[in-house]
Amino acid sequence: MTAKTILQHSYRIAKKDLTELFRNRLGLVLLIVMPLFMMVMVGFIYPSNGTITDLKVGVVNEDSGFNGVFAPSQGFLTGLQGINNQTHMLIMTDVKSTADLKDLVQRGQLSGGIVIPDNFSRSVISRQQGTVIIVSDESNPQISATIQGALRGVFDAMGTALAQQNLNTTNIAVIKPFNVQAQGVISGHPSYFDFIAPGIMAMTVMMSVMTGLPVAISQEKEIGTMDGMMVAPVNRLSILLGKTMAQTGRGLIQGVIILGLAIGIFGVAIQGSILLVFALLLLGVFSFVGLGIVITSFTKDQETAQMLMMTLMFPMMFLSGVFFPIQQMPWYMQDISKLLPLTYASDALRKVMVLGAGIPQIANELIILIAFGIVMIAIALPVFRRMMTR
Amino acid sequence: MAIESIIKVNHLTKMFNKFTAVDDITFDVKKGEIFGLLGPNGAGKSTTLRMLSTLSRPTKGTATIGEYDTVKNDMEVRKLIGIVSEKMIIYNRLTAKENLSFFGSLFNIPKETLNKRIDDLLELVQLSKWKNAQVGTFSTGMRQRMNVIRALLNMPQVLFLDEPTLGLDPQSSVEIRDFIKKLNQEQGTTVIITTHMMVDADLLCDRIAIVDHGKIIALDTSTNLKKIISGGDTMIIKLEIANLTPDLVASIKGLKCADAVTQENSTSLHLIVHGEDAFDNIVDTIRNKNGKITSMANLQPTLEDVFLHITGHEVRDSADQKIKQEMGPGKRFGGGPRRVR
Repeated sequence: MTAKTILQHSYRIAKKDLTELFRNRLGLVLLIVMPLFMMVMVGFIYPSNGTITDLKVGVVNEDSGFNGVFAPSQGFLTGLQGINNQTHMLIMTDVKSTADLKDLVQRGQLSGGIVIPDNFSRSVISRQQGTVIIVSDESNPQISATIQGALRGVFDAMGTALAQQNLNTTNIAVIKPFNVQAQGVISGHPSYFDFIAPGIMAMTVMMSVMTGLPVAISQEKEIGTMDGMMVAPVNRLSILLGKTMAQTGRGLIQGVIILGLAIGIFGVAIQGSILLVFALLLLGVFSFVGLGIVITSFTKDQETAQMLMMTLMFPMMFLSGVFFPIQQMPWYMQDISKLLPLTYASDALRKVMVLGAGIPQIANELIILIAFGIVMIAIALPVFRRMMTR
Repeated sequence: MAIESIIKVNHLTKMFNKFTAVDDITFDVKKGEIFGLLGPNGAGKSTTLRMLSTLSRPTKGTATIGEYDTVKNDMEVRKLIGIVSEKMIIYNRLTAKENLSFFGSLFNIPKETLNKRIDDLLELVQLSKWKNAQVGTFSTGMRQRMNVIRALLNMPQVLFLDEPTLGLDPQSSVEIRDFIKKLNQEQGTTVIITTHMMVDADLLCDRIAIVDHGKIIALDTSTNLKKIISGGDTMIIKLEIANLTPDLVASIKGLKCADAVTQENSTSLHLIVHGEDAFDNIVDTIRNKNGKITSMANLQPTLEDVFLHITGHEVRDSADQKIKQEMGPGKRFGGGPRRVR
């Protein structure tokens, strides 16, 4: 059996698989809808500019004044209002007491609050530090952190303004001598979505393969059509390659859709070569196929195969740094994530899309993905042969 | 032997874990013969066929087709054979033509030859009109005809048929049977057919191997197999008794001369009996119990009777037993015989 016949056979099997795919209208629609949902979900849940607006907070003014003067707390509130009018970060409501505020936070009607204690004016006027208390909803750490951060920013700005006012000087002293500005490798402001889009692309393509393979192999085994191929003088490698090619084609379709959505709807800028992005998506598919074949060969029917795939897919999704940076994880989890091809696929994609890397910068990832794919197919072939002729 | 053997099966055995599906069988099939494997579901017929068609690896023993070993030279064997499986090997989402083109292309048949052959085969089974229709829209009979011609694309010397008439209406069954017969006579194709339908085996096969529990328990022509019964002093009697009672059936079963008693409906009994005075004994028994015989006939033996006579149980019985055994409590997970295809 020559290499040419092997490839010819695999081409025919791939063509047959894809014809079947295109005849299945609903399946085809889902093929397009799935990445769409994925992107829309992630794209809108994580706002692209990374800020939260219209948080509901309560304001409790317990300031008892200083000799009937309420100026500091009034000034503070006016300042806060002024800054908020620009950022629209908060929606402020007046609350009578700290106890009421806590109650409202517990009820979930407010996300947090600001308390001006009764000695505020007195402290400020007597040249002491005025303390403002931030009450936050600790059941939601992310919102809690955002409120604290936002209010700190407000206080910081107000503190500076107040200090300048109090010093009543003109350009003699710099109140805040240091200001930090971050500069990335590329221009612009990459958002969380920019971080997540490459990973989502790699993941969707992987999911497509992992859900497509059980259908392509287990189902054929179950309904008996696999026998038709097995009983023809066809090298088993041809069957595997054909299935791989068909899944890659399928992945490519999804890749194009995702890429289109990412650029068109979510304004993801691709800094590197778009061809390289495609090549990486295809390589990603290739690296998953072998693994998928091993899994499907071992299982008796389509249902089990799909369940097993799901079980594997979830840890992969979260451990591969698609949603959360790998660096955040404890070392043992990082080690596990280094074993997953998705880690490298999404990493390389991210480098190309966000950082504008070329082939030399992602050479390591490329080598690992190719090697993983070849090794998995090399394992898959004997396993597949054995399982099909039980 | 005048005619050479095209299939030689030598101590072939297949075990699934501890369950022996095919138990050390040996037989030859002659070139141009229609050879039947007859037996209940689960007797090991399909497994035998799968081993012969390289789809399953034997645990022990060998089989050769032509001059090729089914394990060592599997690729060569595949070129010689066609298989019509119980599960239809056909893609519903492809058209008739696309299906045949796909499977034909796997045999490296040149395109023009293949196209010509596809047209001829479709014509042969009267499906030309539906050449470009998706197979999923076909009736079961049409799909089975597709399934059969699919196996003929490479003009196989040996055609394996696994329960080809299963689930077909009588008319479609007749069509398939005629087609197989014609193929055998005109092309000289050797045919191996598994079935649990006695009619199929009786009407089609030159020789029949009766299989039960993984073993071949009889192998001969249909006529000779029936002689096992009609040749000796064994008779098959059909009795109609107007007032048949369970008590009466029990006492007939108790007779020494009765080998097998089957109640067919509320008034009729099917008996296999032996001995010169069998008739007298039975009639006397019925009279003593005040039974009213409305009719009595001496029947020609069928293959069913032969099976019943040899195994002591009905074809259906053993299939039921097998299902009960597999579905029994505690055996569903892991414990029982597991068959994985």
